[in-house]
Amino acid sequence: MHASYVIRRLLQIIPTFLAVMLVVFLLVRLLPGDPASAILGDRATAEIVERTNRELGLDRSLPVQFGVFVRNLLQGNLGDSISLKIPVIRLIGERLPTTLFLTAYAAVLGVLMAVPLAVLAAVRRNTWVDALIRAVFQVGLSLPVFYVALQLLSLLGARLGWFPIGGYGENFTGHLYHLFLPALTLGLNLAAILVRTLRNSIIEVLTAEYVDFARAKGLRSRVIMTRHVLRNALIATVTLLGLNIGALIGGAVITETVFAIPGVGRLMVDAIFGRDYPVIQGLTLTFAIIVSLVFLITDLIHARLDPRAELT
Amino acid sequence: MTTMHSPVLEVPARPRRRLPKPTLLIGLALLLLLIFAALFPRVLAPFSPTDFDYEALLKGPSAKHPFGTDNFGRDVLSRVIYGTRTDMQIAIFTTLFPFIFGTLLGALTGYLGRWSDAVVGRVADLVVVFPFLVLVIAIVAVLGPGLTNMYIAVSAVGWVSYWRLTRGEVMSQKKAEYAQAGRVLGYSPSRILLRHLLPNAVTPAIVYLMTDMSLGILLGASLGYLGLGAQPPTPEWGVMVADGKNFMATAWWISTFPGLALTLAGVTFSLIGDGLADALRPRA
Repeated sequence: MHASYVIRRLLQIIPTFLAVMLVVFLLVRLLPGDPASAILGDRATAEIVERTNRELGLDRSLPVQFGVFVRNLLQGNLGDSISLKIPVIRLIGERLPTTLFLTAYAAVLGVLMAVPLAVLAAVRRNTWVDALIRAVFQVGLSLPVFYVALQLLSLLGARLGWFPIGGYGENFTGHLYHLFLPALTLGLNLAAILVRTLRNSIIEVLTAEYVDFARAKGLRSRVIMTRHVLRNALIATVTLLGLNIGALIGGAVITETVFAIPGVGRLMVDAIFGRDYPVIQGLTLTFAIIVSLVFLITDLIHARLDPRAELT
Repeated sequence: MTTMHSPVLEVPARPRRRLPKPTLLIGLALLLLLIFAALFPRVLAPFSPTDFDYEALLKGPSAKHPFGTDNFGRDVLSRVIYGTRTDMQIAIFTTLFPFIFGTLLGALTGYLGRWSDAVVGRVADLVVVFPFLVLVIAIVAVLGPGLTNMYIAVSAVGWVSYWRLTRGEVMSQKKAEYAQAGRVLGYSPSRILLRHLLPNAVTPAIVYLMTDMSLGILLGASLGYLGLGAQPPTPEWGVMVADGKNFMATAWWISTFPGLALTLAGVTFSLIGDGLADALRPRA
């Protein structure tokens, strides 16, 4: 991996961040009427609205407001939550680890389900095993996340009592136990996304000339599997995981809401119903930054694993 | 070995038309059923979707109410059937505008290239950095809950995939012989683009449209579940799953059947999408 590639890729993230900030800044300006009345509700008098506008700096021109917004952001100031009256950055800091834990957990479960099944489907391609695996995941892809969450919660949580029906737990094993059902929900969804593409990319490798050559050379099939097939499956998995980080975050928003998990996803939904615009703004920004960082990391890992990647 | 004698008489073998796969046929049959339910719910539904019946609260599936009744005594089967109309509407309106706008924009920037392509490319890169659901619910939060605002939000975000697909296709098609022939004949760029390139380049976008419809239904239902999409008492499958969530232990049928309907609709569109992809793929 060339240093110049890494530097170029790192520098690309700066304009992305600036543009993300602009979008998030403009998002709240889409509000019908002025933000202050939206924040304060209908009962506020014109005087109070005007004062709030002045306090929030909303009486100044848009470019000036954006300048202030960026300056505040660079100082880690995302404003205060309207409903909870604490700094948004602190709120996100408290809740983000839960969501990161959940998504990482889900990614692990999803990969553990998807990779072996995709390899199996690829090796036994066009047999009933392949057909069954693909059919199951095709249905899985059409299952809404909130529905799977609700069914798992009701069946394995409430009815059978195998797993807790909410909360986050105290320590690491507690988190693993409490978040199992939500992570399974998200993991199943992720596996459904992964299996098909993985299967096709593994088939591509299995039928590639260099694998034929390896076979002709007399390499044992286990060596071929680990050295060529699994290595390529790994590259494909990393890329797919990175590309689907947005879907994973979206799934986390829904899953956290169904399972009442105190993460940023649930915070987002709460903020929307509380019309807590600073929190919505801060979270949208956070999610976008996470996604662009994951895209960056994916590209770097990809460049590391696949020597051809830097050229494109 | 026909080539051994009388090669003159040999008619070049026409490529045999492949029969559509059974999956495509099943998908189309299911789609017809969904369209019928959406257009004529009254014919299929045994009861009104909104009438309360306090004599029949939370009744389990029976001959009279095959999907049971909810906490207001409404017939769940009838609500699921009437919900088809809302969810099919969601499938259409979450994809129609992104499809038209994204495809045309993709054709245009793919053909023109240079700065127009670069500018739209930057915007597209920016849009995909925001998790789809997060951006949609943030826009809906600002505009207010409801289906119309959801369509606006999805349209602002959903065009990127269509733009990508069509742009790439037009970029490779414009080098094809027929496009160059058009230029030699002195056709205007707009004629070459709209009459010749676009019809040839739109296939991937149409295939994706089917997948996108199933994603659109899932998104609409998710927003409905969260309370940001269709508003009660409109029968919408996601909202219905949410209505029944507090009764999962005692009346599982309220949530379970609308959820199955959602899954069925999703499977329908993905079967058609797969079938189309297969049927429209250029033969080797």
